[in-house]
Amino acid sequence: MKKALLVLLVVLVCASVAFAGGNKEKAAAENKVLRMLTWTGYAPQSQIDEFERLYGIKVEATPSSNEEMISKLRATGGSGFDLAQPSQDRVVAVVEEFGIYQPIDYSKVNTDQLDASTLAATKKYTEYKGQSYAVPHVFGTSGLVVNKKYVKKDPKELDYTDLLDPQYAGHVSYRCKRPILCAMGFALGYDPFALYSNPTEYQKMLDAVGAKLIEGKKVLKYYWENGDALLQGMRAGEIWLAKGWEQGAWKLYKENPDIDYVAPKSGAMAWVDTFALPAKSENVEGAYKWINFVLQPEKAAEFTNAEGYGTASKDAVKYYTPEAAANFSRCFTPEVMANMNWYPTVPSGLEEMEGKILDKMRAAK
Amino acid sequence: MMTKSKKLGWGFFIFFIPVFLWLLLLIVLPHIELLRMSFTRAAYLKQPGLTLSNYFEFFKEPIYWNTFLRTAMYSITVTIIVLIIGLPVAFYITKIASLKTRGFLTILILIPFWVSELIRVYGWMIILRESGIINHFMTKFGIWKQPIEMLYNDAAMIMGLVYTSVLFMIVPIIGVMDSLDNSYIEAAYDLGAKKWVIWRHIIIPHCMPGIISGCIIVFMMVLGSYLTPNLMGGKNSLWFTQQIYNQFILYFNWNMGAAFGFLLLLMSSIIIWIALKLSGQNLKEVVK
Repeated sequence: MKKALLVLLVVLVCASVAFAGGNKEKAAAENKVLRMLTWTGYAPQSQIDEFERLYGIKVEATPSSNEEMISKLRATGGSGFDLAQPSQDRVVAVVEEFGIYQPIDYSKVNTDQLDASTLAATKKYTEYKGQSYAVPHVFGTSGLVVNKKYVKKDPKELDYTDLLDPQYAGHVSYRCKRPILCAMGFALGYDPFALYSNPTEYQKMLDAVGAKLIEGKKVLKYYWENGDALLQGMRAGEIWLAKGWEQGAWKLYKENPDIDYVAPKSGAMAWVDTFALPAKSENVEGAYKWINFVLQPEKAAEFTNAEGYGTASKDAVKYYTPEAAANFSRCFTPEVMANMNWYPTVPSGLEEMEGKILDKMRAAK
Repeated sequence: MMTKSKKLGWGFFIFFIPVFLWLLLLIVLPHIELLRMSFTRAAYLKQPGLTLSNYFEFFKEPIYWNTFLRTAMYSITVTIIVLIIGLPVAFYITKIASLKTRGFLTILILIPFWVSELIRVYGWMIILRESGIINHFMTKFGIWKQPIEMLYNDAAMIMGLVYTSVLFMIVPIIGVMDSLDNSYIEAAYDLGAKKWVIWRHIIIPHCMPGIISGCIIVFMMVLGSYLTPNLMGGKNSLWFTQQIYNQFILYFNWNMGAAFGFLLLLMSSIIIWIALKLSGQNLKEVVK
């Protein structure tokens, strides 16, 4: 009996190994699938279809977020996906700590169609041990989304501190995530990004910011969790003032010109989303093809016109619709651009410190 | 050993091995890894070796154990409310309704569970929100001057949790209540017992195994639920599962997340053990 059991076990193990191996070979040989971890809206269905027609590669896009991307790839050691789209500030620390991305071979990227200064910045910010790990794709900001019907203050004077103003009690919303801490830090006169390298000082700033946010919590209606929830709230007139992305604000502006994006006095928070290759990507060639495909000026402009975010593609501006162009020139004046706070790389251990403050905020009465 | 396995035969092993592998590879091994993780520090700190710091952190920081207690208390409250609602419903279905309506009523309870929890919770959100259905009609007919926000507070959250778990109380109770002989109740009536006495001395003692297994299922479901507290709970409510999610996904602190997970496992086991002791039931009886 024992022998039989052993035989059965061996057979089972062999079978499972054989199946697993077989699957892998099949995927590598065909290279017909590109599994992508991305953000909602970054891979429009029309472009996925066109890409499949051109190259015969099927794109499977999984919408995600920065934290989820890291956690998912960390859990598998960088396999399971062929291409990821982390924000620029979430690449180096992750490479150093978990090794989940592989360096980019820039000779395979059509760099001529990219904005040279953006590319240079991304290369610089994602450099680890002499190699860079990302190609810039999309950039955007978070600032204030304001309903001018209710918030009468001069938009030029608005700042993140207005999110704590009792006169808007019950009509304010923001996310309970790290950006609010950094943004509020700037509004209270700190320079959070300069403090990144100094944990004790950063902790002091976090404590001060956390205390302020807890004090102002009675003004808050709810912490929004996803972009759609915020849009619904603002559309219904339940939310008057929120911290959010320009993309959502412009969607609402189209429906109701009272609602618009405002860059706060202490500066909008600017981010760049990139392309990065997971360490065990099984379709690197396909990934480069996709990168070069979506960064063509026409394709990039199509994305910007639909979603509202800026793009790293150089000549995309030529293909903007008048509406998109107007949004950019209305909200991103040269002064606003000069005043932006670009997220630098987040060092390890920072999230833990921030996590404790965010938990306190969430639990506070 | 030899004689035993001979008695069990081939069939036993063919059915046993998949279950065994399933449990070992997908449940036991990952848990051992998590347990190891909960006793080590984050990798970037470069301090190898075992430590209890993750568990100490839980007791040092009041938010963590406050959330822990809050979650436990609310889970118990929800379980009690569900029991209070579930008992009469189960009684009506098994003892009062005619055989025809009985099936119909059971289906009626089951139908909402054909759609996913997410959809059910969103349904409630549409009804309760500030620009939602209730507020719309109340302000339209002038009963309320201003719309009232009914969502995003603890009451809404408890209601959501009760709604999503009530089925799991009713079904096991129906099972045991079915076997209660009606003549016991009739006899008690004949002898002049009041309704309350009948419930206390006849119905509840008879249904105790069903009640306890229903309570365990509901309690575990509520304790481990993530969606409903997250969507309906609002800015002040923090559920312990959210803490675990935050530690794993948002703050990349898997070690602490693992420690929290084991604390939750420990707590739920202790509470269930206490509940079994207090009610004088044993687990064998209840799972039967």
